[in-house]
Amino acid sequence: MSSVAAPRSPAPAAPAAPGAPGAGQGRPRRRAALIPTLALVVGAVYCLVPVAWVAVAASKSGTELFSTFTFLPGSGFADNLEQLNAYRDGVYWKWMGNTALYAGVGAALSTAVSAVSGYALALYRFRGREAVFNTLLAGVLMPPVVLAVPQYLLLAEADLTDSYLSVLLPQLLSPFGVYLARVYATAAVAKDVVEAGRVDGAGEWRIFLRMGVPMMAPGLVTIFLFQFVAIWNNFLLPYIMLSDDEKFPLTLGLYTLLEQGASAPALYTIVIMGALLAVIPLIALFLVVQRFWSLDLLSGAVKS
Amino acid sequence: MRPARRPAYGVKGAPYAFLVPAALLFALFFALPIGYAAWLSLHRVEVKGLGLGSGAREEVWAGLSNYTDALTDAELLHGALRVLGYGAIVVPVMLGLALTFALMLDHERVRFAPATRLAIFLPYAIPGVVAALLWGFLYLPEVSPLHYGLDRAGLPQPDLLDGGSLYLALSNIAVWGGTGFNMIVIYTALRAIPAEVHEAAKLDGCTPLQTALRIKVPMVAPALVLTFFFSIIATLQVFNEPTTLMPLTNGISTTWSPLMKVHRDAFAENDIYSASATAVVIAFVTLTLSFGFLRTVNRRTRQEEAAR
Repeated sequence: MSSVAAPRSPAPAAPAAPGAPGAGQGRPRRRAALIPTLALVVGAVYCLVPVAWVAVAASKSGTELFSTFTFLPGSGFADNLEQLNAYRDGVYWKWMGNTALYAGVGAALSTAVSAVSGYALALYRFRGREAVFNTLLAGVLMPPVVLAVPQYLLLAEADLTDSYLSVLLPQLLSPFGVYLARVYATAAVAKDVVEAGRVDGAGEWRIFLRMGVPMMAPGLVTIFLFQFVAIWNNFLLPYIMLSDDEKFPLTLGLYTLLEQGASAPALYTIVIMGALLAVIPLIALFLVVQRFWSLDLLSGAVKS
Repeated sequence: MRPARRPAYGVKGAPYAFLVPAALLFALFFALPIGYAAWLSLHRVEVKGLGLGSGAREEVWAGLSNYTDALTDAELLHGALRVLGYGAIVVPVMLGLALTFALMLDHERVRFAPATRLAIFLPYAIPGVVAALLWGFLYLPEVSPLHYGLDRAGLPQPDLLDGGSLYLALSNIAVWGGTGFNMIVIYTALRAIPAEVHEAAKLDGCTPLQTALRIKVPMVAPALVLTFFFSIIATLQVFNEPTTLMPLTNGISTTWSPLMKVHRDAFAENDIYSASATAVVIAFVTLTLSFGFLRTVNRRTRQEEAAR
């Protein structure tokens, strides 16, 4: 019945949608909806302003930063870059490597844990299944600081604070990741294929690896990305755990630079250059991966 | 969430084996720390004599005294009120914008939709600390374009990082960072509305605005509930942004939000006992709110389904 609708009939004079008062302007077949387009463009500009600013500000020298107009480029780009490079023997690059390590390794391991747990919760019926699931879910709601303070004290007992492990380990289990993996496994893993595997005599682990994982793959990519961003964004945990700046991730490194800048404003130009260089790979990565980011997973989760 | 249709599979042990890593991590990094926090919250340190030498400091049972201290602490209450005020700005503005943008992306004659969608989603990839740092500089009178304009116009220039403006300044950072993600969640739900619904609305002579408000918004209600829920939780736990702005202003105290107070008590004051009590109180409030909310929503949905 939908095909009956006459293509673009001038019908009820389409009262120009309160959304588009500029009804008269240009009447090519498909008039752009003016107000929605405008609103989206304004929104996009608002979201890009700080990013554009940091790109401009990275070129300003210390005096230009606080004296010239916000979006007027300066003359100190190379200088700033050199200073950042020289700061504590290039510790900034160390921070960047650490961030990649924490987020990359952490997200990969966390996705593996989520996959195997979500698969088990979705495909088997066993005693205590809902209890396990609900206990895990309560973990999502725990405020991070409630966990982080005792985690620090306990890791201190084990002599593990101020180590890479102290930042990696507490983030390996993501209750939200397990939840998504379960939702996704329920929807995507064909039960008869699994059953057929069993008939063929394959072990449960083998079935999971050879059949479950490939069928869950798109969902696992999304879980990986969520977890990557979550670890990348996490400031509180490294802030509490680490004191050796050789082990800092970027967020913590930039924060300490900013903090020192309060008494030594010369550091501000380094902070800004550092922020720019932190944002560039993020944006690049984001542009590449956003197409793999299947958020239907989230709305699928809403419905259940 | 729906139970698997099939009866129990043959291999009984497999699910338990599969859940071992998660169970182990949960025990070590969730259950144990929470238990330890609860234990600490019921203890305090007693100093004997001059407090020198080993054995001079002893952990003793404190009963609920840490809790009565936390609950009667004026600074904690003020922190909670500050966060409520902040949340009262952030949540409606952010979700209002997210819904508006999502509906506009879904408008059939909109231009530049893919590019603007990506630009609005982009801040999600930028860590809260970096976002606060960028905006923090843009709030400084010597840097801000707002102050530049006001100066040119000869108008008085407000301090954006103090008093009432501080709430707006912090809210702006959260709205900037969070709108895109929520927009995408709502937009994904909008895309799932069957095409017939749109056609039917059009045949009935609905304007795009009417279709949006009367048909689309009710149909994406579950996504709105989800975004609302996650936004509230994230708002209650605000920590990174005010902490990052602290070096740029005197307007933010080390106890600005309840989580910041827990951090200060534990690490600057070295009083892990009262910090634990405060943390447990925060966890309790968060969990009560969350479960209460989820319960109301579930009951609502069930009633609606029954009414159909």
